[in-house]
Amino acid sequence: MSSIPKGLKYASSHEWARDDGNGIYTVGITEHAQGLLGDMVFVELPEVGDSVAQGDDCAVAESVKAASDIYAPLSGEIVEVNDALADSPELVNSSPYEDGWMFKIKVSDDAELSALLDAEGYKNSIDE
Amino acid sequence: MANQTALHGKHLEAGAKMVDFFGWDMPINYGSQIEEHHAVRRDAGMFDVSHMTIVDLHGSRTREFLRYLLANDVAKLTTPGKALYSGMLNEAGGVIDDLIVYFLQEDFFRLVVNSATREKDLAHITAQAKAFDITVTERPEFAMIAVQGPNAKAKVATLLTAEQQAAVAGMKPFFGAQAGDLFIATTGYTGEDGYEIALPNEQAADFWQKLLDAGVAPAGLGARDTLRLEAGMNLYGQDMDETVSPLAANMGWTIAWAPEERNFIGRKALEQHKAEGTQKLVGLVMEAKGVLRHGQRVVVEGGEGEITSGTFSPTLGFSIAMARVPATVGDTAEVDIRGKMVPVKVVKPAFVRMGKKVI
Repeated sequence: MSSIPKGLKYASSHEWARDDGNGIYTVGITEHAQGLLGDMVFVELPEVGDSVAQGDDCAVAESVKAASDIYAPLSGEIVEVNDALADSPELVNSSPYEDGWMFKIKVSDDAELSALLDAEGYKNSIDE
Repeated sequence: MANQTALHGKHLEAGAKMVDFFGWDMPINYGSQIEEHHAVRRDAGMFDVSHMTIVDLHGSRTREFLRYLLANDVAKLTTPGKALYSGMLNEAGGVIDDLIVYFLQEDFFRLVVNSATREKDLAHITAQAKAFDITVTERPEFAMIAVQGPNAKAKVATLLTAEQQAAVAGMKPFFGAQAGDLFIATTGYTGEDGYEIALPNEQAADFWQKLLDAGVAPAGLGARDTLRLEAGMNLYGQDMDETVSPLAANMGWTIAWAPEERNFIGRKALEQHKAEGTQKLVGLVMEAKGVLRHGQRVVVEGGEGEITSGTFSPTLGFSIAMARVPATVGDTAEVDIRGKMVPVKVVKPAFVRMGKKVI
């Protein structure tokens, strides 16, 4: 059983989004997702200032097993990326909800939140 | 229902992530593939390879039979216990499987073949053996544990009786010896020192536990794949198969052309491949960020090829691959990574041996 913190929003494609206030959301991938991918070896992040639309592939997680697209759970502008992942991609494995976060989005349309799942909904979607 | 090895319970006990591997429920990792990889390069790790198929061949004409069945020549095996790596080819010169053959006695040789090819291998061997009056016996009652790494032999030694230690003392690479209930061989698939040990199924879990207690780290199929690729060793079904000539799979060194009068299955076709020229299997190194993967397109001087195996190399810290490309290949190539052409270096397909970088 992997950890699925309450209070976060989830995409069925295994990203989580945390409300940091002021319309900014931090995004990462779930513990379940990192477990499926295995040890992370590179994370390719978007550029600060990029505009992304909900569902766009905007990052790539390369693990020992495969390269996986990471999708923007919400539309908006990338305002920060986690530079620590350049040297320590394994943070995505060891701390998927904290130190292993990937990028922050300044959200342009709050209404899109309704398309995301809560912890219970995500748990059901991965059938754990 | 997937097959389970005698060590299945030990894997679950250790919290392994299990996957289906050609009909076997096997550990892919026990938490971190990269840590397991490093354990083998730096200390000692162990793999459950009980899914591999042991086939014993008995009969007075066994040597003659194997000189016909295999592309390498068992005439090279003159000391009992000595082993040889060989391709087993079809008439078209394609690789049915790659295997290790041990010369145990003049009327008794042992083969270790891949599990994914078990059925077709047994069918082929049995059919070919008839004319030589050979008894073909599969040995599913044996489990097999590969203990690999610079400290592997020393850690195994702590589990052996005085007689067993004497049996393996000073054993050179690519030898096997029956020592009590253990068949201990100085073979492996990692490019490190170590043993592959076959033992009765009912003793396997206890032996595995003793190895754990001796400080040997369990390692899964994930680490096994990155280790063998760093060592430049082929994986059947990925780097070669029945449609691929051994000459196009970096297996030229395993073909014994001399003596010319030795007829082996596939020889005629191979001579033709040699005369016509084939593609070749090369190593690729990409020091930029990213990971080379199986199936990616490779553009080289004079044409295009494909990556057969690619991975992130935990030892080197960048990506390596094997690729089958036109023989006109130069020192550099470009790989199509998700639509982007990325420059890579072309090297001999061996990257790490005995813990050291060899590129």
